[in-house]
Amino acid sequence: MSTPEHTVTIREAINEALQEEMQRDSSVILLGQDIGLAGGVFKVTNGLQKKFGIQRVWDTPIAEAGILGVAVGAAMTGLRPVVEIMFADFTTLASDQIVNQAAKLRYMTGGQTSIPLVVRTAMGAGRRAAAQHSQSLQSWYCHIPGLIVVMPSNPEDAKGLLKSAIRDNNPVIFFEDKMMYNQKGILPEGEYLTPLGKARLHREGDDVTLICTSSMLYPTLEAADQLEKEQIHAEVIDPRTLSPLDDQTLIRSAIKTGHVLVVDEGYQSFGVTAEIAARITEAAFDYLDEPVRRLGALDVPVPFAPSLEDLTIPSTTRILEIVHEMLA
Amino acid sequence: MRSQKKNKNNELTLEQHLQLYRVMVTIRKFEETVYDVYSRGIMPGLAHLYTGMEAVATGVCGNLTPSDNVTSTHRGHGHLIAKGGDPAQMFAELLGKSSGYNKGKGGSMHIADLSLGMLGANGIVGGGLGIATGAGLSAKVLGQERVSVAFFGDGAINEGLFYEVANIASLWQLPVVYVLENNGYGEYTTSDRSTAGSAAGRAEALNIPTKTVDGNSILDVHEGAAWAINHARSGAGPAFLECKTYRWRGHHMGDQGDTYGYRNQDEIDTWMKKCPIQRYRLFLIDSKILPEFELEKVDEEVQQLINQAVEFAKAAPYPDPSEVYTDVYA
Repeated sequence: MSTPEHTVTIREAINEALQEEMQRDSSVILLGQDIGLAGGVFKVTNGLQKKFGIQRVWDTPIAEAGILGVAVGAAMTGLRPVVEIMFADFTTLASDQIVNQAAKLRYMTGGQTSIPLVVRTAMGAGRRAAAQHSQSLQSWYCHIPGLIVVMPSNPEDAKGLLKSAIRDNNPVIFFEDKMMYNQKGILPEGEYLTPLGKARLHREGDDVTLICTSSMLYPTLEAADQLEKEQIHAEVIDPRTLSPLDDQTLIRSAIKTGHVLVVDEGYQSFGVTAEIAARITEAAFDYLDEPVRRLGALDVPVPFAPSLEDLTIPSTTRILEIVHEMLA
Repeated sequence: MRSQKKNKNNELTLEQHLQLYRVMVTIRKFEETVYDVYSRGIMPGLAHLYTGMEAVATGVCGNLTPSDNVTSTHRGHGHLIAKGGDPAQMFAELLGKSSGYNKGKGGSMHIADLSLGMLGANGIVGGGLGIATGAGLSAKVLGQERVSVAFFGDGAINEGLFYEVANIASLWQLPVVYVLENNGYGEYTTSDRSTAGSAAGRAEALNIPTKTVDGNSILDVHEGAAWAINHARSGAGPAFLECKTYRWRGHHMGDQGDTYGYRNQDEIDTWMKKCPIQRYRLFLIDSKILPEFELEKVDEEVQQLINQAVEFAKAAPYPDPSEVYTDVYA
């Protein structure tokens, strides 16, 4: 019996993906701090330990490197672990396991092994959580060959991309913006997978291309609505997977509009926005009416004071300002 | 093997004695050949030799089945040979050839044979500890009887990862054996300058049973490992085995003579007199378990095997340039 179309939050969409994959494949296990009995600090894994038991949903000590180390070894020997690292900031504690082990073991062994591992982690500012619970570190992991980096922006993609990530035989870093867990959306009827490495066109337009990741979709769509009132037709594209990046879809749109702004919540310096801007420029320079513009987070540690924190995150206002500059 | 007639002096059969001896000699001759080949500038990169420590890998792996897993260190040649590795594919890997174990992409520090359950040498100190513990978790979740063994050095006992994964293994009662190869040095620093208290005491604090043995005695290592591996296999959780030993050839090939000035020749000579292979050889002859000519025959056979391995590796092709892009993703 197939599930009918229904409305869920991103939190529920991810929970559904985990349930379906655990049901389908007994080698899928979950590891993380407080994910079992407590249902996860953001309640994403709520009810799963009760449903699947303590041999499938493991409450771990607070030991990020240990959890990831164990997950890598388990992935090499027959399991498909899905690890929750509570905050993306804490992946730094496990970065040796992610960067030196998970990402490289296949290559270093000449293809003898694969690491079917998913690291789910909550990222992003806006929660008034200050500098160690708010970072957007996606560009760090995009810099490492061997990793796949995914950033869903809505319930439908979150579910479909996570199911694909769990079935993929590579280590996948799956960034969930903590401010989006309550974001609602409609899930289509029946089972579906969203392919990794494919961008999604959210809105068609031919005046300007707005490329945005994760929660940046929402201020970007709001900006696009505003621009529409000014007869400026913005094309809005969400890459969904940052590595590997669907360059072709982005480049095609850049060629069409000639004006491109890239919005991502990671730091602007050396960030995702810079890489996308460079790829578009290298491929479509002759079609661009001006340099590709970037909008990332301010290059400062995320401050606590709400009035300061809000300044650091890309906003609808900043997106509109930049687009107006571009088209002036 | 175990069903065969037992030797009256201990639990091992003649065949097992012969096999342990053969494995130790294979490691020694392999490593001394690496020394020679490296010194002549034929081998690129780094090489950390296991010479002098042969009894540890041999005694531990002598208790393992093919489906059991091991993880290794930067000093990993001995572990792969002891797990049944093919010296020819190993040598080819060391020379960066496409017929090497890792198609030339890993080299000495990442040598692996997953089909033998050898999950890889590792260039990060303590790097194998997490992987071995995870292999223990998969055995438990999948209901498989295999155990996994993490070889690591006295330098790695000060890495935080050890505590994180050994704690998990103890809490979750995973079938993992932590084998500490205590050769007295983490690179160029002695254990007493880097490790407070006793290494084994740290495992005991995590409620993991421990044993410390003479790592230059193959029989002691074999017996200690049998205890540790049986403990893990029985479902009673992890065990910790400390083997005290010494590396003759220094930290790596660049560590020769007085370059780093951290140890003296007297110390090296003292340990060379405790050579694990010589000791075992004399024991086998004196106890009339095996006659000298049988052991000499093994020596010759192994020498031939190693010679052929080097020839194979030298003749093997380098990887095709297109290989640079393969195996990044599955």
